[in-house]
Amino acid sequence: MPEKKRVALVASKGTLDMAYALLIIATTAASMGWEVGIFFTFYGFDIVNKKKLPKLKVASLANPAAPLPVPNIIGVIPGMTAVATWMMKRMMKKQNVPTVPELLDLCRKWGVRLFACSTTMGMMSIKDEDLVEGCECAGAAAFLEYASKAQMTLFI
Amino acid sequence: MEGLKVDKVVDTKGMLCPMPVVKAKLALEEMKPGQVAKVLSTDPGSMKDFPAWCQETGNRLLLAQEEGKRLYTFFIEKGKEA
Repeated sequence: MPEKKRVALVASKGTLDMAYALLIIATTAASMGWEVGIFFTFYGFDIVNKKKLPKLKVASLANPAAPLPVPNIIGVIPGMTAVATWMMKRMMKKQNVPTVPELLDLCRKWGVRLFACSTTMGMMSIKDEDLVEGCECAGAAAFLEYASKAQMTLFI
Repeated sequence: MEGLKVDKVVDTKGMLCPMPVVKAKLALEEMKPGQVAKVLSTDPGSMKDFPAWCQETGNRLLLAQEEGKRLYTFFIEKGKEA
């Protein structure tokens, strides 16, 4: 058996669509027996922040591909982001797509390493107890060392 | 496939990527090497996904067939290391 393949992912965006893009790649790679590590940094940190995870959103504003395709002038109205998010979640549910927390559970089950960026934690005053289960606090050096042994690195 | 013994049926009809391979993985985790899972899928990507997934996981894809419009069946034999 050759050495396990490894993929290193950087999660830099905290929107619902980007969380899906990230976690679908991560769970698929893990299901193939690959080693997977994700470095959650800046807005991507919201995906492993207990307080933010249930509130990930997608906006219509400045997003021509949004599930609610409205002109920007309407997208600025308060509540439009909530409507677009609701629409996307409803679309996902209708197609039996798992929720973001469910995909995170699969990641944990298959040993995906969740690196929580220490700079983001400090910058945004995030406490250890705000992290979802299974995270390890790490800096860029630790992640780079991990990524240097990966066949593939994606910045999402 | 006639005469092929199926040990477990994994129905992923109506699910999209990554769930067909995720469900296949979860099912194979419960099985022994040499046993065969039959996976049903309606995800149009799965005809390309399962050959690739089997190659990566060391499971053997015995047969992949299109049963009708957007209904695909895969017979997967669990490998040693998976």
